[in-house]
Amino acid sequence: MVTFNILVAVALLYVAVLFGVAFYAERRAALGFGGWLHSPIVYTLSLSIYCTAWTFYGAVGYAARSGVEFVTIYLGPTLVMVGWWWVLRRLVRIGRSQRITSIADLISSRFGKSTSLGVIVTLLAVVATTPYIALQLQSVTLSFAVFSNAGGQAWGHEELNGAAIVVAIGLATFTVFFGTRNLDANERHHGIVMAIAVEAVVKLVALLAVGIFVVWGIAGGPAQMLQQIDASPISHWEQDGSRWIGLIFVSGAAFICLPRMFQVLVVENVDERHLNIAGWAFPTYLFLMSLFVVPIAVVGLNLMPAGANPDLFVLTIPLSQGRDGLAMVSFLGGFSSATSMVIVSTIALSTMVSNHIVLPVWLSAHKGQGAKVSGDVRSVILRSRRISIAAVLTLGYLYYRISGGGTALAAIGLVSFSGVVQIFPVLLGGIFWRGATRIGAAMGLLTGFAVWGWTLFLPSFGDGAIISHAAMQHGPFGIVWLRPDALFGIDGMDPLVHGIMWSMILNTLVFFIGSIFSFPTPLERLQGAQFVNVFDYSVGSARWRSSVAGAEDLLIMSQRILGGNEAQALFQREAKSQGKAGYLPDVTSDFIERLERELAGSVGAATAHAMIGQLTEGSSVSVEDLIAVADEAAQILEYSNRLEAKSAEQEQTARALRDANEKLTALSVQKDAFLSQISHELRTPMTSIRSFSEILRDGETTAAQQGHYAGIIHDETLRLTRLLDDLLDLSVLANGQVTLQDQNGNLRDLIDRAVDVAGGDGDGMRILRDRSGENFVLHTDLDRLGQVFINLITNARKYCDAKSPMLKIKVGLVAGQHVVDFIDNGTGIQVGNQQMIFEKFSRVADQSKAGGAGLGLAICREIMQRLGGQISYLPGQGGAAFRVVLPNNKPLSNQ
Amino acid sequence: MAKRVLLIEDEPNIIEAISFILSRDGWTVHTHEDGETAIAKVNAFPPDLIILDVMLSGRSGFDILRDLRAQDITATTPVMMLTARGQAKDRDLAKRLGANHFMTKPFSNAEVRDNVRALMEA
Repeated sequence: MVTFNILVAVALLYVAVLFGVAFYAERRAALGFGGWLHSPIVYTLSLSIYCTAWTFYGAVGYAARSGVEFVTIYLGPTLVMVGWWWVLRRLVRIGRSQRITSIADLISSRFGKSTSLGVIVTLLAVVATTPYIALQLQSVTLSFAVFSNAGGQAWGHEELNGAAIVVAIGLATFTVFFGTRNLDANERHHGIVMAIAVEAVVKLVALLAVGIFVVWGIAGGPAQMLQQIDASPISHWEQDGSRWIGLIFVSGAAFICLPRMFQVLVVENVDERHLNIAGWAFPTYLFLMSLFVVPIAVVGLNLMPAGANPDLFVLTIPLSQGRDGLAMVSFLGGFSSATSMVIVSTIALSTMVSNHIVLPVWLSAHKGQGAKVSGDVRSVILRSRRISIAAVLTLGYLYYRISGGGTALAAIGLVSFSGVVQIFPVLLGGIFWRGATRIGAAMGLLTGFAVWGWTLFLPSFGDGAIISHAAMQHGPFGIVWLRPDALFGIDGMDPLVHGIMWSMILNTLVFFIGSIFSFPTPLERLQGAQFVNVFDYSVGSARWRSSVAGAEDLLIMSQRILGGNEAQALFQREAKSQGKAGYLPDVTSDFIERLERELAGSVGAATAHAMIGQLTEGSSVSVEDLIAVADEAAQILEYSNRLEAKSAEQEQTARALRDANEKLTALSVQKDAFLSQISHELRTPMTSIRSFSEILRDGETTAAQQGHYAGIIHDETLRLTRLLDDLLDLSVLANGQVTLQDQNGNLRDLIDRAVDVAGGDGDGMRILRDRSGENFVLHTDLDRLGQVFINLITNARKYCDAKSPMLKIKVGLVAGQHVVDFIDNGTGIQVGNQQMIFEKFSRVADQSKAGGAGLGLAICREIMQRLGGQISYLPGQGGAAFRVVLPNNKPLSNQ
Repeated sequence: MAKRVLLIEDEPNIIEAISFILSRDGWTVHTHEDGETAIAKVNAFPPDLIILDVMLSGRSGFDILRDLRAQDITATTPVMMLTARGQAKDRDLAKRLGANHFMTKPFSNAEVRDNVRALMEA
């Protein structure tokens, strides 16, 4: 007999393995090695969170109670995957091009980035999903109880509730840990998707194992099995055609609309082509999941004592046969089904709650502060996500407690499905019908929500629980045609089909009529055009006019949301595509638009729009702007995409030519300036040397004076030598005549040495380092790289003007490349000078203090180019900040 | 009373050298390093002769010279300019702006002494 303790140990071990898998996948993805993470198989397996504990345990119970009707739950998604791939492809394309983070975001974004629609969909999703989460908690606790009972310890309410709360807390921890580790611009969670894929395999294997055991181990083979099935009441159930149609529709629509399904189907999708594989692979998965449902139910009904809960046959049959190992596998399958659903649902819901409810409130409380918003937006977002996750799970737990964990929960699966399906008409209308408006969508959603609540959700608590018995029988206030199970006097229908039919009819009708009779705002029209024509029109949404916002302000804001590295990489990429070096691109409307979409990936479309609006216009966009913009967009529509690409290309070429011309003119000016600079740098020390040597020669000096003057001559000679060395170094580097040494060494040792040479930690400047992060091996010319580090540290020492100077040396990973940032706490370098400092003889600060010739950074730049790395100024960090992108570990090419 | 020379220059070693040479020749030498505040220093001090470097931090010697010539109190004060760039166009510009003499670094000590003497006697 499996003792209960062993079961708990196995469950914990399994969770630990999942942690390991998720952690490993995140690591691989962060290092850029996660190719296999992006395979269509992982995508297909992640879709299997459609199969929750309700399907794992409940399908058998369903079959035992109602015959083969359970098949409808698998048929709906199968039909969608096979027959509706064009709808899915459209959703995925829109999701990617608009950087959609959730189904609420999709609806909000489609209807003019509307905040109120986001709130409505979010609330609807929370209400409809909470009972479903409760159901999962129940299934896990019940399966624990089965083992405990089998071990002779019957569980009461006390133990069940205790187990439920432990499970809820465990799931919250896992989800917070892997769901909010970082704010990925695409809202993707590699670790979680990988863990879910593993769980998908476990639950399939578990169910197949039990099925095979039942057919070959108990029934004695397929032939005997078929005989048993024929004889069982399951095959004699009469099927109700209207229920079949209703259930297939609801499960198919829910497959798209469920927040967790939208999350894996659209948001976590990394490649549109994965849909092609998933199109047949996922139905196959569903087929395998359903293959042994009937045999298990039949054998369970024959084998188990009357009154045994058929929902738990998957566990109790192996236990009753003394197959503890199999029961354990089966337990893990159910556990996987429940946990994967809860984790993804919670992530999807918390993203929605955070982006559509918490952030808008926070933003309006900080209105008008633009980039100077106090505090770190990123940490606000992460905190609100974490709190939302805890809140969603708490709600699920409370629902579980209040509903008593009884049979009322079992019926909630379909009720929950039909709740989220209320989003379906607006979703479809939004992506296929340009005439759909925000008002229509809101009215349709609210109507569907209300009808669903009245006919399905509230009655699901039981007769008389929330709606009084009298109201159930005779309608509220005696209005007979408002009876929850017989709206408009249509009596005698199956309550579920009745509720689905009325809610969908009224929802769709109100959405349609509301859209026809309301007028869309310009932004709605634009978004509508983008969503409906996503395949032939992929230019921007509400286009921003070239605006007054400084690129640096935008960078500061983006860093707070995307994180420093992400934001800097984005800005650098944008600048590069404009043909500019550095991190600050021109603020064009194209750029702002792309930036807005990136930000939308983290905070949702409506919020991103509002935040950029605050910065670029000082307030939100006016109607006049939008109308102007709408006209512009209409014109663009008339041009072909190719023409547009061409003009962008021309613009880029023109810019490159202009730059080249400027460079040429600048070059000849520079050459003169360079010679005159060299002359100055050489003559100055020579002046002192000549003067003092004449003084000494005159011989009218005291011994003390002689020593002092000789010292000056000595120092100035060194200064001359240093200057000549630098000049020579620079010229050799620039001409590529230098021989680089391939060396292996640890970055930490290299930085240690550089800090020592440059005067050490303390002594006028503190140096902050993360020594553990620096611990990896480099393969490059370490002496040259060290020269760059020494130069940067020495510069910080010379130029940092803070009261208590501090230099932070930070190692990180940006776009798969190691970088070392040197950031001091001084006033930094003005935007206009940030490029110039890498030129020869440029010294921004007080010259006499510097003591060098102004060649240091120019040499650093040459060295990094030689080594195949990069050095640049990093704006928006507070103080002066330099980023050294370390070379990849490739052999150096000597010239 | 000894004649007063104001040396506006920002290289410490050159300041020391010129101070030594002129003090030995009997002048009272005052020094100033910053370009931006040079005019204020001149007006507070009024010197009999000004030695002015071209490349100063804050403000170039040419700009300072222009301002000196524009105000009555220093319109005729002898000014000797120093430069390490040694280009002919710098010399021309200095002359045009009203410098009395122009010396290229490095110079001999005797050159400094003789030029200052000549300017004071003129």
